[in-house]
Amino acid sequence: MTSLVQSVDWVAVAPVLVTALTGLAVLVTDLFLAPRHKPLLGWVTIAGLALAALCLIPLTDGDRATFCLTTGDRQCSYVADHFALAVQLLVVGGALLTALLSVTTVRREALPAGEYWFLLLSSAAGAALLPASRDLATLIVALEVASLPAFALVGLRRGDRGSAEAALKFFLSSVVATAVSLLGVSFVYAATGSLHLDTVAGGLDDVDPRLNALAALGVVLTLVGFAFKLAAVPFHFWVPDSYVGAPLPVAAYLSVVGKSAGFSGLALVTVVAFRPYADTWGPALAVLAALTMTTGNVAALRQRPDQPASAVRLLAWSSVGQAGYLLVPLAAAGYHDDPEEMVGATVAYALMYAVVNLGAFAVVALVAENRPGHRLTDHRALFSRNPLAALTMGFFLLCLAGLPPGVIGLFAKVAVFRTAVDSGLGWLAVVMAVNVTIALYYYLKWTALLFATPTTATPTTTPAARATATTAPAAPTPGTATPGAPGQATAPTATGSTVAGSTATAAREPSVPASVPHPLTAAIALAAALGVALSGAPQLILRLASGTLF
Amino acid sequence: MNDTALQALLLAIVLLPAVGSVAALLPAPPGLRGSSPEQAVLRHGVTVTGTVLALAVALAAGFDHDHPSRMQATTDVSWIAALDIRVHLGVDGISLPLLVLTALLTFLCALYTYFRMPQGPGPRAFVALLLLLETGMLGTFVALDLIVFFLAFEIVLIPMYFLVARWGGEHREAAANRFILYTLLGSAVMLLGLLLVGVRAGTFDMVALADQHGAGLSHGVQVIAVLAIGLGLAVKAPMWPLHSWLPDAHTAAPTVGSVLLAGVLLKMGTYGFVRIVLPVAPEGARTLAPYLAAFAVVGILYGSLACLSMVTGVGAADPTGATVDLKRLIAYSSVGHMGFVLLGVATLTPTGVNGALFANIAHGLITGLLFFLVGALKERYGSTDLNQIAAGAGAALYGKAPRLGGLLAFAAVASLGLPGLAGFWGEMLALFGAYQPAAGLSRPAYLVFMALAGVGTLLTAAYLLLVVRRVCMGEHPAPAERAAFADIQAHEYAAWSPLVVLTVVAGLWPAVLLSLSDPAVQNLLGGSR
Repeated sequence: MTSLVQSVDWVAVAPVLVTALTGLAVLVTDLFLAPRHKPLLGWVTIAGLALAALCLIPLTDGDRATFCLTTGDRQCSYVADHFALAVQLLVVGGALLTALLSVTTVRREALPAGEYWFLLLSSAAGAALLPASRDLATLIVALEVASLPAFALVGLRRGDRGSAEAALKFFLSSVVATAVSLLGVSFVYAATGSLHLDTVAGGLDDVDPRLNALAALGVVLTLVGFAFKLAAVPFHFWVPDSYVGAPLPVAAYLSVVGKSAGFSGLALVTVVAFRPYADTWGPALAVLAALTMTTGNVAALRQRPDQPASAVRLLAWSSVGQAGYLLVPLAAAGYHDDPEEMVGATVAYALMYAVVNLGAFAVVALVAENRPGHRLTDHRALFSRNPLAALTMGFFLLCLAGLPPGVIGLFAKVAVFRTAVDSGLGWLAVVMAVNVTIALYYYLKWTALLFATPTTATPTTTPAARATATTAPAAPTPGTATPGAPGQATAPTATGSTVAGSTATAAREPSVPASVPHPLTAAIALAAALGVALSGAPQLILRLASGTLF
Repeated sequence: MNDTALQALLLAIVLLPAVGSVAALLPAPPGLRGSSPEQAVLRHGVTVTGTVLALAVALAAGFDHDHPSRMQATTDVSWIAALDIRVHLGVDGISLPLLVLTALLTFLCALYTYFRMPQGPGPRAFVALLLLLETGMLGTFVALDLIVFFLAFEIVLIPMYFLVARWGGEHREAAANRFILYTLLGSAVMLLGLLLVGVRAGTFDMVALADQHGAGLSHGVQVIAVLAIGLGLAVKAPMWPLHSWLPDAHTAAPTVGSVLLAGVLLKMGTYGFVRIVLPVAPEGARTLAPYLAAFAVVGILYGSLACLSMVTGVGAADPTGATVDLKRLIAYSSVGHMGFVLLGVATLTPTGVNGALFANIAHGLITGLLFFLVGALKERYGSTDLNQIAAGAGAALYGKAPRLGGLLAFAAVASLGLPGLAGFWGEMLALFGAYQPAAGLSRPAYLVFMALAGVGTLLTAAYLLLVVRRVCMGEHPAPAERAAFADIQAHEYAAWSPLVVLTVVAGLWPAVLLSLSDPAVQNLLGGSR
């Protein structure tokens, strides 16, 4: 009789383990640390995440697995294949960039340092565990480990009602979604008698005909929890409020690492476990993708640039739109003979999105150093104040839009489009094309705003200004100016008080931020360097999109 | 010249503007500072575009003129193996003239800007954008991979958007937004078509696809691909009824923006038809060609009628009614001229396609010149409104500035297709092609198209001559008024004379271009018969 004791491959689980242990270490150290030394915890976190990233290197062969059954067909609960490694790289790298962003925020907003870093690391550990899980129980546990700390992170701002309300909203809706997922898992277990993904796939192949409806229902319900994390429509309503209520780095984290938990779970569940039911989840995901991208992009388009936090809101809604693109290859997998080939496009897209979206959040944080309103209009004429920040922001936005010089954004979209065309989902490809155009419009407006002429230094001789002067005696004040009409906003016909007001604003602000926090600069530089490198050599991540990762 | 040298030349031509664009943003190195930072960066623009032009001329000289149908100066390396995308570049008899035209027009624009920087933000960004634009335009004409072609096609959008939105005239933001939305929607659909072709045929390589002549693509796939790709190209060309971004963009753009928009960007659309649509999906092209021809003819008539009503004041082409913007007029006339190009393409015959390519080049030269001239009028009158310039009996440009007036008349008659000048051959060959369209196309329909297009040439002549009469003729000006009015300046001579010379050369000696394009066109159309 063979031993039932499972051997553990510690190297395989190292990326997750290092992250989790760093979290515990930070929490314990916090107790013994004098308040003036608390910033140290941030650097411990960054070092821990960097170490976790290094732990991925020995695994690059992608052939390790652990927590395997010692009997039967030796199913493993933890597999470090290429899919898991790519998503873990995304999670750990995303958390690292978030940590760099957070150093300043934690200090400035006086967030409880020990708790903050512990929660961030725990959530990252859960998100890193998720793509490597190969049974439904581990998947759900990983999903919860990734989610629960996130609620607390959203609500961490003391004495901020918006923050607490956002956290509660996020928490309640998420718990419902997870409960529904759990119900689905139990149905699937009832129908197949197993939790291991491969065995489930085998079991679903020949389900007792009387249990067919139960299995199909279980498949659909299981998807709900992951769709919620991905913020797919109609499970997206928590996004804008949570993003705005949360500290900015947390919003960035949710938009990247939170999503990765959602899509990696969906990919595993659909492509590996529920493969026999492709004709059930394929169309469902396709409709979900179309709805998600359309809702997100249309809502992003409707953001008023002068509203408080409009920049964060726009990024929040656009992240819903981007989640729709992430779903396209997964939906295509439902229609393709070789579904595993499709998933790579999602992973490649997510990696691109992680880099540039975190970069965009970093620049928003940088701008907020001087103008804390997180308004889109705060970005007006950034180029004249801080040319480098404006150029990198322009690059990130064009990557998100998928327009040269954001080459990597374009090719990631090409990879996604290709999966749709390849598997005959022509209508979804067309919907996505329309959405890409909508998204281009608002990203481009933002980009144009960065390079707009400064409000104060207005040459009075431009024809547009003259035209406005004759046709519109009461020019809009800078506060209500839309990005589409800087020509009008810069017209020197604004009332005297407005001009004086904006001049005063300009006078208060140094032309270059007095001291840009170094971690923030490092985060922007890192994201920009990655983005440029990927634009030159898209093969680096797009090779994930060819062949199978499993 | 051997092929390695040509290859190096071609790579330098495409990469140099990109490098120059980045360099323009950096501070000038010691020794190249010039009299001021502005002057230094403008000079940098002239130097880079001038070098590119010299290299392009050298490439044209080294090109093997005995085998223009063969791809020359080719580079073919794998770029993104995962998507099977290769950096495959090369020129043949179809792309070479467009390459040289692009290099020439960009150089002339940089030269013109050196002396006449348009109003707006500083020249540093202007030069950087101009050079980035040049990279995209040149890249489009040399790319031989569908996705790299698309990439280059898209690169031009951002610089052109900012050129219009930042340095343009009235309503520039709205015009720029409209321009970019139209073209982006078109190109998103085009990307789907390109992917469909690539996925179904198994390769993105244009040369391989052209050699297959549509083998491996079912009729349905070909029709969908032609529809999707054609839509993207038709927006750019622009084809009626997708043209409505063009007049606004032209009206708002600064002079050099208009020149490049009309002279090069529109050609990218028609070039795509010849290079991709016809050889890659010949069956789909044959199915949809009559519709393309019909739209093209409507465009010809629409463009010329719109111009005519603007000039004569009949109807209300312009909603305000009072102003007749000359830039808008030339933009509408471009819709008409590009209609001839599309008609030539839609005949699917070597004659028609050769005519289309010839008309492409001719339109680039002549309309580029026209926009330069209107820009000069704007500098002198402060407006491009015909009614304001030619108030009363006329502007009497012949009297005030005889050389400028003469040149304007020259450009106008070249544009209306006077035999002996460049505008003539392309349109005539396109009409010839329509007289005898390719097998399988309805001849009676094409005869009707030809007749209608012929009417269009008459209308074109009518409105252009009316413009010449109103601008150039009029009461004899007083000597004082004459003295106050500047005739052509030295820098204007420098920027314009190459266009004039080439217009005459192409008109008198069309074989220069036709001998280049004809073998390549025969090769591309070879399998479709």
